[in-house]
Amino acid sequence: MVNDAAERPIRSGSGLRWREGLSRLAPFLGLIAIFVLFAAIGPESFRSARNLETIARQTAIVGMAALGMTLVILTGGIDLAVGSVVALGTVVIAIVLRRADAANLHWMAAAAAGAALAACAGCGWLSGWLITRLRVVPFIVTLGMMLVVRGAAKGLSHEQKIDAPETWLNDLLASLAADQRWMLVPPGVWLLLVLAVGMTLVLSYSRLGRHALAVGSNEQTARLCGVPVNRVKMWVYAMGGFFGGLAGVLQFSRLTVGDPTVAVGLELDVIAAVVIGGGSLAGGEGSIKGSLVGALIMSVIRSGCSQMGLSNWVQEIITGMIIITAVALDRFRHR
Amino acid sequence: MEGMGKRFGATVALEGVDLEVGRGEVLALVGENGAGKSTLMKVLSGAHPPDAGSIWLDGAPYAPANPLEARRAGVAMIYQELSLAPHLSVEDNILLGMEPHRAGWIRSAEVRARAREALQRLGHEEIPPERRVDRLPVAAQQLVEIARALAVGCRVLVLDEPTSSLAQADVDRLFALIRQLKSQGLAIVYISHFLDEVKRVADRIAVLRDGRKVADEPAGRMDIAAMVARMVGREVRDWYPRSARPVGDVILTITDLAGIEKPAAASLELRRGEVVGLAGLLGAGRTELLRCVFGLDAVRRGQVRVGMAGGLGSPMRRWAQGVGMLSEDRKQEGLALSMSIADNITLTRLEGLGGGGWIWPRRQASAAREWIRRLDIRCRDTGQKVAALSGGNQQKVALARLLHHDVDILLLDEPTRGIDVAAKAMVYRLIDQLAAGDPSQGRKARAVLMVSSYLPELLGVCDRIAVMCRGRLGPARRREDVDEHALILEATRLEAGEDTNRHGE
Repeated sequence: MVNDAAERPIRSGSGLRWREGLSRLAPFLGLIAIFVLFAAIGPESFRSARNLETIARQTAIVGMAALGMTLVILTGGIDLAVGSVVALGTVVIAIVLRRADAANLHWMAAAAAGAALAACAGCGWLSGWLITRLRVVPFIVTLGMMLVVRGAAKGLSHEQKIDAPETWLNDLLASLAADQRWMLVPPGVWLLLVLAVGMTLVLSYSRLGRHALAVGSNEQTARLCGVPVNRVKMWVYAMGGFFGGLAGVLQFSRLTVGDPTVAVGLELDVIAAVVIGGGSLAGGEGSIKGSLVGALIMSVIRSGCSQMGLSNWVQEIITGMIIITAVALDRFRHR
Repeated sequence: MEGMGKRFGATVALEGVDLEVGRGEVLALVGENGAGKSTLMKVLSGAHPPDAGSIWLDGAPYAPANPLEARRAGVAMIYQELSLAPHLSVEDNILLGMEPHRAGWIRSAEVRARAREALQRLGHEEIPPERRVDRLPVAAQQLVEIARALAVGCRVLVLDEPTSSLAQADVDRLFALIRQLKSQGLAIVYISHFLDEVKRVADRIAVLRDGRKVADEPAGRMDIAAMVARMVGREVRDWYPRSARPVGDVILTITDLAGIEKPAAASLELRRGEVVGLAGLLGAGRTELLRCVFGLDAVRRGQVRVGMAGGLGSPMRRWAQGVGMLSEDRKQEGLALSMSIADNITLTRLEGLGGGGWIWPRRQASAAREWIRRLDIRCRDTGQKVAALSGGNQQKVALARLLHHDVDILLLDEPTRGIDVAAKAMVYRLIDQLAAGDPSQGRKARAVLMVSSYLPELLGVCDRIAVMCRGRLGPARRREDVDEHALILEATRLEAGEDTNRHGE
């Protein structure tokens, strides 16, 4: 009888799967290619363990914020306020620590980090609330929040850097001392890796993750099927703020002061990382693994260029071209 | 449903419509666009609240505030445009919004099992539950959507134009499925413009006209002519008009054309005064053939000659040569929905509407007004956005563009898809007039190459019909020499041939 043509594509899945696999691996292959390139033409020092650790440290802040941004972009949204949120995080930590007495500094450091995370998650939640209640597109809401949060950080700190006593927070992203070499990378990088695994699981196996993907893929359908779209969005932006806060903690660890003017434009690096890693600004596409690889690609270029003595402007041009190439390649693969 | 009423401003969309559908029954709802079918179904599925009347579901009052509530109550609607999350897998789509979970973590094994169960109930276990939905053919996507409706335990299933994007074999399988669901006790409401399909699948047929129910009878007591008569309120004569069409010179020659994937090989000659139809299954490569001819898709091999001019073309070059194409996808490709009627009609030929790169709105509007009058486009004025028009009127705007451009060759891809009976009649008349030309008014005869999945239409409209199968175009036969049966056989022939080879028969 009629052996229907439409049924055929269902069966011939192996070719598709192969292409899909390649598509998923592409950012990773790109990272390896760029690394090998610099290792070949760059100075000896580029390959040193020391430099690799530096690359990891430099990636940690963008990578941490990218965990949240991946989730936001999966839903078809965007969060332009992340840079400001990071700055707010450093300011809040410094303010809390400054009031601490030397006796219980350990605990106060934890409390300071907690306060920063709460403040930042609150900012994200507010973004989500405004997006869902006012029905204004995420781009505009978070553009506004970028200025609001930046202003709040400056107001809290009276537009000055805030010094803070030294605590274990500063070790999170500090270069490892000789006796800590067994850790390979600083604790902040380990934290990023653990949370990345956690977020990967959330995306694949939690209701929130599936619902976020469904909202990004087809919001109307998600609503029709009873997905609490607004609640999902609020959670997603709150988590975006939370990871922005964690990025703020790491930023503070590097700065050792609270600085309301830090991380200007960081959101663009974070978005670039997600996009290089296969995220689609139209929603529905993106992965944690990809975003981390995207962040790494940018750090490797930065490090490689500076090791080769290339100026800042060269790095910027190369990074820009990589972003465009990555997305263009992605379009090409999807055709 | 009893005494349903709905108004939008001053327009009465529905007036006192009673409708009843029982378990294990297929009720077909037919009527022209604007007759109130979709409004009625939107009320039923909770998208619009009614202004009057009440609905009872299994003896209990039913007043859904939104589609989600309707779904929970057991009323599921499968729209013409499928509503799946394309990035999610089949199983995630089926269980979307009701995933079995423990403390927020999804129980994947149970998801898989329940998705399998829903697909099994449809008798389509071959659909892999882990495959991403956008990697499935349209027919399978539709099945996934029906599976999702079953998984939420729907009692009333509303199918809105479910076959408009399906090939014949898929339509047959869908009808088998509808019969199976019927026997499982589901109440099914089936909306379609394809009256012969309605006849095949329905137990009872209700006809709507101008927001009122004008007929509600068992399917056995109403034939297609009666349905059409009730829909338009009069007998439709000359459904497929056919003037004397003297055949002229060859104006389009396609020689062994092959695209990147499809078409694989296509040769055809098209003459002035001729309407040639392309039949075939969905995915056979008919649309791709038109796109290759028009220069929208890349060509791997072969030649297209327009008149005497050879060489491959871009859409820009084709327009300049007097070739126009009507896309099958009106909303995405065919029209700029957010632009005005006048802008859409004059888009390809702004010459004569101004000078030096400037456009005079008044001339543009008067050019558009002419076509609005001649094609009877129902609209407020020439500045109205195309998005606000009904499907039939949108299609007329798309056709008006080809007419305004004054093309010699019309490539029409599914020109009557999703439009109402009156608009269809208009399109058929138009095609006939264009091909015939009118020497007395100095209008030359044009050539039409049209794709349609609706065979009676092709047989009614065309002079010659060629069947495309797996990217290969068969010879164009005179319509007197073919019938529906022969066309279906040819469209599915290669596959059957392959099957025989495989079994060594």
